[in-house]
Amino acid sequence: MQKLELRQEDILYSGHAACPGCIDALSVRHVLATLGPDTVAVVPPSCMAIICGPQPFSGLRIPVYQPTLESSAAAASGLRRALDARGRKDTQVVVLAGDGGTYDIGLQCLSSAAERNENIIYFCLDNEGYMNTGAQKSSSTPHHARTGSTPAGKTTRKKNLTEIMAAHEIPYAATATAGFLPDLVRKVQKAKSMRGTRLITLLIPCLDGWGVPEDQGLAIARLAAQTGVFPLYEVEDGWRYTLNDPPKTRPVRDYLQPQRRYRGLSEEAVEELQREVDAGWARLLVRVQSTHAAGQ
Amino acid sequence: MSACETRVLLSGNHAVAWGARLARPKVLPLYPITPQTPILELLTEFQANGELDAEILTPESEHSVMAACIPASLSGVRVFTATASQGLMLMHEKLHYASGARAPIVMANVNRTIASPWAFWPDQTDSIAQRDTGWLQFYTESAQESLDTVIQAFRIAEQVLLPAMINLDAFYVSHALEPVQVPPQSLVDEYLPPYAPEHFLDPERGESWGNVASQDMYYRHRRDIGAAMDGSIAIAAEADREWQRRTGRGWGLVERYRCEGADLVIVTMGSMCGTARDAVDAMREAGQAVGLLKVRLFRPLPAAELRQALAGVRDVLVLDRNFAPGAGGALNHELRAALYGMEGAPRLHGYLAGVGGVNVSPEKIIEFAGRARAGEPVFEPVWAR
Repeated sequence: MQKLELRQEDILYSGHAACPGCIDALSVRHVLATLGPDTVAVVPPSCMAIICGPQPFSGLRIPVYQPTLESSAAAASGLRRALDARGRKDTQVVVLAGDGGTYDIGLQCLSSAAERNENIIYFCLDNEGYMNTGAQKSSSTPHHARTGSTPAGKTTRKKNLTEIMAAHEIPYAATATAGFLPDLVRKVQKAKSMRGTRLITLLIPCLDGWGVPEDQGLAIARLAAQTGVFPLYEVEDGWRYTLNDPPKTRPVRDYLQPQRRYRGLSEEAVEELQREVDAGWARLLVRVQSTHAAGQ
Repeated sequence: MSACETRVLLSGNHAVAWGARLARPKVLPLYPITPQTPILELLTEFQANGELDAEILTPESEHSVMAACIPASLSGVRVFTATASQGLMLMHEKLHYASGARAPIVMANVNRTIASPWAFWPDQTDSIAQRDTGWLQFYTESAQESLDTVIQAFRIAEQVLLPAMINLDAFYVSHALEPVQVPPQSLVDEYLPPYAPEHFLDPERGESWGNVASQDMYYRHRRDIGAAMDGSIAIAAEADREWQRRTGRGWGLVERYRCEGADLVIVTMGSMCGTARDAVDAMREAGQAVGLLKVRLFRPLPAAELRQALAGVRDVLVLDRNFAPGAGGALNHELRAALYGMEGAPRLHGYLAGVGGVNVSPEKIIEFAGRARAGEPVFEPVWAR
């Protein structure tokens, strides 16, 4: 087994307020350790805001500005411009937002920040629902998943944030998950080396919201990538696609079975989800191939 | 001092942009909306010409404009923006957020009707609806006063750490051209030193803002905002005196116009004051003891100044160019509260005059004054045009 060589400069301190086994905290710990201390974080209401801790404490060593739920990218833009005006152009401004604050209520201002190519890194900590309020559906919640507001299962599909943001032709849009930590850290390093609007969608299995045992968060995250439900890939400038390991080698059933949010799923629904994943994977391959065809 | 000022023909909007430019803001998030847009356009032109060294960003909405203003201000730089009507409505949540964050942002708001239905006329309901958001509110009557007030507002806001709003009526002030004295940069620089707050967001400091507060912390925070608001009355008065010393122009928190011995005083805000001055002049000419009390600072309400100015007056005619359904005119309500319990308090006649931008001529104001003097005050608002 490969030993992980990870930079460990703790910016997210221990003693934070996350649930035991939380993948959100684990992911952010590595994201911030990779970015380093010359960073300011914008954290809207979300699990991460709770993890940051109540006043007068802070789970983060760096400054945190907590905006309203819908305004993270706009707030990060204002913060960025003020730092620029003060000559602090190398300080990283990062957003650590959930999927509700990104796919739903925060999408408008995120689109605008991307259009202006604001020099920020936006991390969407995607746990596929409003988990901080007790697990209700967001537009990131996948098809057939049960949540507090979709007790019979969600009838529509998950929105594809990464593709939406890539379509803004921003320098960098990528997916990553703590289930493949070296890949995640590499992507954070790559994003850090670039300027402009960069977005990384991090899949964060929510133990409580998804109905996963405390020690199985990373295993589920790995299955999400291995089944092709959450492919790991990068898009540069909106069109240069790179597919990362792992390849899609396992049936979707392997991913669905351990999660309580998919309990009682009919055989037809499982097959439907498999078809959706297969089609999505095929589309992604076409984009990767067209990148190669263009000589990139 | 004023000898080195430049005399220029400016609209109220362009006077605001000049005031903002002279204050040297560092971040300006801006979004266009009628009738504010000329402020945005002149500021972007200043920047393009190299006359304004600032970051300008143009987000997709006024909501995002204010969302950007707040952390920019908390990063320790001077921030300015401008809006109107629906834009101010869309900002509402963030207006509270700004004062809660103690961010001394200065914003011009061009008072315009709020939808629905759509309309574009002078009406102050937009900013009146924001009176509980923790922003200082000024109402200006002219282009000159608008320019001067923008600069004063930065000085006041940065001392009390609360945001400030300068309200100018659509078209009557925003688009009317007047000769305006533009003060030299050196004068403004001396009056308004660079913004250097004690606390600001910076990785070297590690200070944060917005984390969840306990009941007790929240209570104390609100109480502190109240104390800062109360304290801003004296600071605003000082800022105006100092401006007067340097430019010769002082506007007061309230202005008493021909109030000597008046048995009836008209109280109003914004462009209506100009019309009321003509009405007062005509009535004085006709031998009637009538004056005008202009309310320039509306938040915080300078209650002591109002009580003093109206002591011994028999009738007060309040002209509100705003309307709260089920309640009436805001200035009338505020005055009732401010004068309550006062020995020999005047009789208050609350008129909804000019709501929706309908024209109110000096002759009409003279007619209202006659009706007020002859009749008994009623609790219900009087629709007048």
